[in-house]
Amino acid sequence: MSVDIDGKPQAMIERLRGLSLGPVGDFPLVAAICCALLVTAALVGHWLTPYAKDAVDLSASLAPPFWQPGGSTKHLLGTDQLGRDIFSRLIAGARISLATAAAATMISGVFGVSVGLVAGYVGGFVEAVVMRIVDAFLSLPFILLALALVATLGSGFGNIIMVMVIANWARYARLVRSEVISIKQRDYVTLARIAGVRPLRIMVRHVLPNALNSVVVLAILDVGRAIILESSLSFLGVGIQPPDVSWGLMLADGRTFLGFAWWLTTLPGITIVIAVLSFNALGRWLRIQLDPRGQL
Amino acid sequence: MAVYLLRRIGETLITLLLVTLLVFCLTRLTGDPTTLLLPPESSEEARAYFRHYNGLDRSLLVQYVTYLQHVAAGDFGTSFRLNEPAIDIVLQALGPTLKLAGVGMVLSILIGLPLGIWAAASRFAAVRRMVDWYASLGQALPPFWSGLTLVMVFALWIPIFPTSGYGAPIYYVLPAFTLAISTSASIAGLTAVNMTEALKADFIQLERVLGLSEMRILLKHALRNAALPIVTYIGLQFGLILGGAIVTERVFAWPGIGQRIVEAILGRDFPVVQAIVLVTALLFLLINLLIDILYMMLDPRLRT
Amino acid sequence: MTTALIEVRDLCVEFGPRSRPIQAVSGVDLTIEPGEIVGIAGESGSGKTTLCAALIRALPRTARVSGDVTFENRSIFAMSPSELRKLRGREISMILQNPMTSLDPLFTIGNQLAEVLSTRGGTAASAMLAREIELLRSVHLTAPEARLRQYPHELSGGMRQRILIAMASATAPKLLLADEPTTALDATIQEEILVLFREIRDLYGTAIAIITHDLGVIRRICDRVIVMYAGRIVEEGPVETVFTAPQHPYTRALLASIPVLDEDRVILQAIPGQVPNLADLGNFCPFAQRCPMVVNRCRVESPSERLIGERHRVFCWRAGEAA
Repeated sequence: MSVDIDGKPQAMIERLRGLSLGPVGDFPLVAAICCALLVTAALVGHWLTPYAKDAVDLSASLAPPFWQPGGSTKHLLGTDQLGRDIFSRLIAGARISLATAAAATMISGVFGVSVGLVAGYVGGFVEAVVMRIVDAFLSLPFILLALALVATLGSGFGNIIMVMVIANWARYARLVRSEVISIKQRDYVTLARIAGVRPLRIMVRHVLPNALNSVVVLAILDVGRAIILESSLSFLGVGIQPPDVSWGLMLADGRTFLGFAWWLTTLPGITIVIAVLSFNALGRWLRIQLDPRGQL
Repeated sequence: MAVYLLRRIGETLITLLLVTLLVFCLTRLTGDPTTLLLPPESSEEARAYFRHYNGLDRSLLVQYVTYLQHVAAGDFGTSFRLNEPAIDIVLQALGPTLKLAGVGMVLSILIGLPLGIWAAASRFAAVRRMVDWYASLGQALPPFWSGLTLVMVFALWIPIFPTSGYGAPIYYVLPAFTLAISTSASIAGLTAVNMTEALKADFIQLERVLGLSEMRILLKHALRNAALPIVTYIGLQFGLILGGAIVTERVFAWPGIGQRIVEAILGRDFPVVQAIVLVTALLFLLINLLIDILYMMLDPRLRT
Repeated sequence: MTTALIEVRDLCVEFGPRSRPIQAVSGVDLTIEPGEIVGIAGESGSGKTTLCAALIRALPRTARVSGDVTFENRSIFAMSPSELRKLRGREISMILQNPMTSLDPLFTIGNQLAEVLSTRGGTAASAMLAREIELLRSVHLTAPEARLRQYPHELSGGMRQRILIAMASATAPKLLLADEPTTALDATIQEEILVLFREIRDLYGTAIAIITHDLGVIRRICDRVIVMYAGRIVEEGPVETVFTAPQHPYTRALLASIPVLDEDRVILQAIPGQVPNLADLGNFCPFAQRCPMVVNRCRVESPSERLIGERHRVFCWRAGEAA
């Protein structure tokens, strides 16, 4: 090591040496804007789109995006083989993909947190059994489990949410349980117990709020994973089914024209990447705010 | 140490058992398993025989035990699309998948590990930032998209590689890189974080003060100490690569278990699905066990 | 040109924002002669560890340094990284504070010892094992052959410290820096380690700088003591002189605060007040707020060096006056 005699401020290096390399401390503005745009698109997009998502117009089939020769501003991002406007379909896809990811994350979160809370607090045999089950679920690769569930439950919007919940709840359970175990030992919990407060009340009022920080961070980071899982399943044909639109489904559709209609696959792909990156950046920023020691 | 080993093996067995239970429940979830496990056009006699063979007319516990017996013997039922025992289909497909996963894993390590080490060792913040970006970006790219984009660019626009298929080494290139994009990204990120931590240790400081070369400190001491969590992660990654491989196999028409399970689902061929899930789970658990053993060999503190 | 081994001239080390820097070391001048054992005493935050790190240029990159440190008339800060690396471990060695974490837990003692020996050169591979055993014996470690095959976590703190001393003295360095070498050890082991230090000095002529807050350690083996407070030297001189007739109020208070156990009652005398914030220092005596002998001049002018007796200097406006 050598001394920095002219003493340039090395604060950046010191910050980056933290446990999570990333946009440390600064609010990820771009990511937040993207998230906001996506959520807006999901919520109100279908009222603002120029075309209906399944408006077929064979005369405008396979039009490239407007900045390419052959494209026009009538269809900003081009059309697919049935002449459906890509931009409108991307927005429709946002609705489905984000709704699926959000619903799956929330439900698996609620369920997983409850299980983890009880297991961690009650301890003993119950905890041992529950954690074995959690481990079993966690021992299977995410997508494999999802596929197995799809095989039994079927595909489509509602089923996919259920599939993703079943595949994902265990992560929350494990996280919450370990948080609960450490919180359980803190003084204010012991005091509440001695004072005779009912266990359920202790769990909900004292233990849960303190465990929620890491849960929230996990949930936001999970949105990205959920989006990828849903689009993967849809791409494979076992996820969202037509006439619903999903970015993954668009990619599968566009595959046949891969060589010459690049926008059919690239644009939905970029949208997925932007969505995942944005939510992940937001999640990482949140993690640093809430949990600087990086216990996740 | 032996105690630890036995405990781990025990845990693996229990988890395996639970997985079989899970799959067992899956088949019973939608009611009559014969609709799931037999071709739709089966005759009543065939169904009656099936019910009897699997103990469906007995209690649930007996059913489960029978099920376990069958599974242990390798009997997962018969694929009614291909009229073969499901287990055969799985075993045939396992080879290509393992080969692809292997090549993909090696490539990921070759790319990701040096990047992570570089990020931790470099005095320039720009390097760390770049690797961090690579780590985030790589993991955000869904494998089906990176695969398709690679095909688009390197097989269609610039026809160097085949768009799909299996066999000679050239078929491995694009699929392996597709897998490597996301896996190398997470390996790079993890390595960077762990190496940075390892480099903060007191003994590293002492080694510098005693005049050991920076390269030796980095590659012998810091890396070995950082390796433990990375090794665990690589084991975990195998499971994740399997997930990536499923999608990648579809993109490249790779005749592996990913391809087979999707075909099976689309063709409503549950015996194959069941077989693949159980075999993969077993593989995954075995690999985790091996990683634990490896971990123990690497860290002398665990041996006592 | 001096005969001194180490010469430090007006060393200042600061950290943190330039607008309000933390001055870990301010304006330190000192020398270390070959073969002498020097004790650097002070509380935590006195700057002693930073000073020691500066001697071997082992400060974090965030540190801003001015002044100079020369080793055998060569400037440490002007050296190239490879020259520095050749110096470290060969001519200047160091022992860090915590023996429990100073060894790599994943490699055997023999492996780590061999590493130090081979990097320093001068030991043929065939002679390596014998040299390692010889080294371990020189620090009075029992069963040296067995030790070589063991891992750090299998050994006690005292044993590890001996091994670290063996590693540091393997090349018969001219200077050995020991940062709190006995703090983490039991009292009985402490004595043995101190004896080791004296043996090394007698055997190799190594100068030793012991950084510690434990005055008892200094009294036992040091020839000379340097007392630091808030990043500055306040008093320096031969151990006997300083300990029997301390001139700086802080030194007096430090010595007075050592519990005397051979009386019926043990009175603990603490120094009232607190160490000043290292970011709030300036042209005044840092000890002024807590000093029982403080006068106005202390608060507005930094005390300059005053020589009292043979190699005994103090930084106090009231040095020489009785307590």
